[in-house]
This record gives sequence, C-alpha cells and structure tokens, in this order.
Amino acid sequence: MPLSDRQLALNSIRYRRRIIEIIKRAGAGHTGGSLSCVDILNVLYNRVLRVSPDTFNSPDRDRYIQSKGHSVEALFVVLADRGFFPDAQLETLCQYKSHFVGHPTRKVPGIEQNTGALGHGLSFGVGAAIAGKRDGRDYGVFTLLGDGELAEGSNWEAAMAAGHYGLDNLVAIVDHNTLQITGRTREVCCNEPLDEKFRAFKWEVRTVDGHSIPALSEVLTARPHRRPVAIIANTIKGKGVSFMEDVAKWHHGVPTDGEYAAATKELDQMLAQAEARA
Amino acid sequence: MSAPAGSIFSPAAREVASRLGLTMGRANLDEFADALLALARADRDVLVVTSDSRGSGKLGPFGQALADQIVELGIAEQNLVGVAAGLASCGKRVFAVSPACFLTARALEQIKNDVAYSDHPVKVIGISAGVSYGALGSTHHSLHDLAALRAIHNIDLVVPADNFETRKAIETVAKTTKPVYLRFGKAPLYDLHATHARFQIGKAITLRQGDDMAFIATGETVIHALLAAEALREQGLSSRVISMHTVKPLDADAVVSAGRECRAVVTVEEHSIFGGLGEACAAVLLQAGHRPGLKIVGIPDEYTVTGSQADIFRHYGISMEGLAQAAMTLVK
Repeated sequence: MPLSDRQLALNSIRYRRRIIEIIKRAGAGHTGGSLSCVDILNVLYNRVLRVSPDTFNSPDRDRYIQSKGHSVEALFVVLADRGFFPDAQLETLCQYKSHFVGHPTRKVPGIEQNTGALGHGLSFGVGAAIAGKRDGRDYGVFTLLGDGELAEGSNWEAAMAAGHYGLDNLVAIVDHNTLQITGRTREVCCNEPLDEKFRAFKWEVRTVDGHSIPALSEVLTARPHRRPVAIIANTIKGKGVSFMEDVAKWHHGVPTDGEYAAATKELDQMLAQAEARA
Repeated sequence: MSAPAGSIFSPAAREVASRLGLTMGRANLDEFADALLALARADRDVLVVTSDSRGSGKLGPFGQALADQIVELGIAEQNLVGVAAGLASCGKRVFAVSPACFLTARALEQIKNDVAYSDHPVKVIGISAGVSYGALGSTHHSLHDLAALRAIHNIDLVVPADNFETRKAIETVAKTTKPVYLRFGKAPLYDLHATHARFQIGKAITLRQGDDMAFIATGETVIHALLAAEALREQGLSSRVISMHTVKPLDADAVVSAGRECRAVVTVEEHSIFGGLGEACAAVLLQAGHRPGLKIVGIPDEYTVTGSQADIFRHYGISMEGLAQAAMTLVK
C-alpha cells in the first residue's frame, strides 16, 4: 500500500526525532546534514526505490549510494524503518564492535557501498549504471552528494564519464544546503553555479525544494531520461529544529541535554500538530 | 658481444644466462595482454577499464577484438577505480589497468575505500611499474606502491617475475573473489620456470636451493638474483633463490626457512627500500628469532638517479654483479 504525502510528511518528523535521539545517545554524529537530506531519503525509500530487505540481493534492484556518507544517521534511521534491520540496533551507533559506525559500511544490511571519504559515490554509481546498461537491466542508480562535497575533483571525472556514456539510468541528487563545516560553501571555495556545471557535462538538471515531499516525488519518479540527471535539491542544514537550521556548527554538533530536550520537544509538537491535521 | 642499448642485462650476465640455458621471453606486459584477451573471450563479464592507457597496456588488440568489453574513462584514475568497483559490485570481473605510478598514488584512496574496504574483487593492474619508465623521471616511477598498499587491509599484492608467473597470476586472480593488485614492467625477460611449475598466490617459488646465501626477490629483479647465484657458485658459495611473487600475504615460511638455513639473506625489489619486500622479510625474520646477515636491495631514499631502467638498476646494484657483490659483503 503506497504511503500518502501526509504519511510521508509524518515519517519525516519521526525520522528527524530518531536521528537526534541516536546522535545524542552516541555522543557523535552529523546532525545538520542528516536533517537536510532526510526528506530526500524518505521519498527515495518509501516511494521511488525498488528495493526492500527481500530484494536487496537481486541484480535488478535499484541502487542507492550515499556519497555524502557522513549523513549516515539519516540513512540508518530510514533503513531501519524500512525493515532492513531492527531499529533497536541503532542504539549501538558508534559503539565498540558495532557495525553502525559513523559512515556507511556494507556490514549494515541495505548499504550498497562503503563511503565517508568524499567524492567516491558518483564513480561507483557510474560503474553500477554501466553494468546495468550492459546487462539490459532497467534498475536505476541514485547517488546523494553534498554541495560541499562537489569540491572534490573526482566527482567531475565521474560526471564527465556519465555524460559521455549518456547514462540515463543514473541520478545524482545534490543536498544543496549551502553550508559545509567551515561555513557557506560559496565563501569557502565557491563551486556555484552547480546547474550550469552539470549541464556542461551533458546532464539533465532539475532544481527542486528538497524538503517538499510532492516536489521530490515528482522529480525522482520522472522517467524516462535521455541523459544522466542531476537534481539540485535546495535544502536547509539542520532542517526541522529551529535553532539548528542554517547554522554551520551543527554540521557535526551533538546537542547538550538542554538542546536535546528543546529539539525533541519542538519535533514532538510538530508531529502532534501534523497528526491533528486531517 | 655487447648487450643491446638499454638492456637490463650486462654482457657478462647474458653469458651466465646462456650457460644456465635460459631463453629470452617477452615483456610481462605482452603476456598480460594476451592472457587477458583469452579470459575475456571466454567470459563476457570480464571487463577491462582503462584511463587512456590501452596503448601503454598493450590492449589495442583487446579493444579491437572485444570493443564492448573495454570501458574507456579518459585520463581520470580516481574515476577509473571507482567505476571498476561499481562494475564489480554488479558481478563483473574487472581489470582496472593504468600505469602503476598514477594508479596507486592518485587513486590510492579509491583502492583503499572503494575496492579493499568495500571488498569488491577488482583486479588493480599497475603497468610499467617500478622504474620501467626509466628516463621519463620520478613522476612516472612507482617506488611507493607496495609500501602504501601493504598497509591497506584486504588486498593481495602480486609481482610476477616472468611470463609464466604473469600468465598464472592473471588466470588465478580472475577466479578469486578478493581484491588484488598486480604490478609488472615492460622489459623483455628471461623465462625462469618450466610451464608445469606450480603457482599459488601467497606461496613463494624456490628457483634454486642453497644454504650459504638466500636471495629473496620479487618481480623483475628475480632474474638478476638467479644470475648472481650462478656467479657466486663459481666462487664456492651456494645460493638459494626465491621468487616472492606475492608480497602480501607474504610466504613467511619461506622467509623463515631461508633465515634459519642460510648464513645471509639479500632481498631484492624494484621499489623503495622503505616499506616493501625487504622490510617485510626483515620483520618476519626478527620476530621469528632469526638474525642472519641481511641486505635490502632496492631504490634508496634519495632523488632517484636519472637514466634508463637499465641505468637505474645498475646504479643501485640490481644486477648480477651488484647482487653478487652485496652477497659477498655479507658472508666474507
């Protein structure tokens, strides 16, 4: 039974609360980026990707590669919700001998590729997309990149190859939250305009509100493509917790007890209001 | 008789080779290209990924015969390795081919993360390794690759000594599900093995028995050790010669036996003396309680002397004469 936009919107709030919980418990995590990309993951895993715990080993599954691996908490929370592993396992995040380390690894069910060093996921995605073309399989390959991450030159090597081979089965989503660890991406080392860059590399480009469930759903399900597609998802780092929004220090900030109480209270109120709306 | 210009063998070394009945084979690179083509003809899932390197990799015929099994990515080694990992994740048997100097420096992080850590069975093929590119200078030398990759978990390091080892290595790694790095050069080499010799990853091949000296060599330096062993025989010393074609996992048993049974050990590699075969052997010997005389022959920590591969080998004693001298110094 497909989930409605409303149900997905409720998911997003619950996911955000869980992200804050597991980061608080672990005492470590990338809070801001997880909150900025979680709506994208919500739409991907609940509406777009043809993959489930049962089909994860199928050669025909859609692939999702999280190149901005540091936002792994969002991915873990969504994968747990989709049944790839019990949610309780997230209590072990960053603990001794846990597979739930601070970046994705294939030891965790549902993870396609170990990432964390930036600028790796798109090349891997190009390889998976070329393999799909060769084998005549119709799976899609989706990668999530950070806008700060796009300073890594390897992304553009991969973008060039994807354009050259016309990989219409490849989608790169840029979590365009405009902040990186030091500050504004355009002030650290400007890599704008991203849309023109991807177009120059022979990609189709779409720009979308990265927190709008309907808008994300529309661009992520649109097919067919004639080229690789870059989706510039305009997002807010720290989205959903007012004092974390658009503040660089929350890149890997862990809330104090007081901040945790305030954040969870705000999200709980948001959830109650959303649930009350028929 | 004079050696052809640029030969890595002196006239005296050629005479010794002739006395040993050795015949000249071809470059390991040529053997690699043919072995790969044969594999790929038999399996459409065998793919070669190149970075504008099909010419240097002798893969022109492969590209013509099996155009849809070669993926060209342009001069972009990082992407080469990442794409190779993505292909391997979809069940392809991928050979990522590029000059060793670029592949293992520029794309080291991709080898570490995308291949080894993520456990995709990519065959990382470093061509024209060591100082094969000689006079092109240090940008084109790979003297760091074994040291860097030894410290990375989950990748085997294989350095074949002749055409036989190259062919066997390619055939073997094509079947394995583990990441592997294979490196070789492009100079023609003597054949060291009978075609029925046994080749196994992680298991050294003893070419010659002896108990005064042990030469533990890898890759295209092995022939020089063998010639030195023959030269030393004429001076009354018996020398063991071991082709350590797998640098990791190292055949520790062969190293320990050499240290226990021989008076001295000379290791030889076309690589920095830091972090390569020599230091690996030294660590094994010391931790096993053996302290034979030991000399690590390779490229020292300095701006590498300029010149051809032959010049560089001769300069640093990677030659019959140089290795015999190193051995004599240890046992005199």
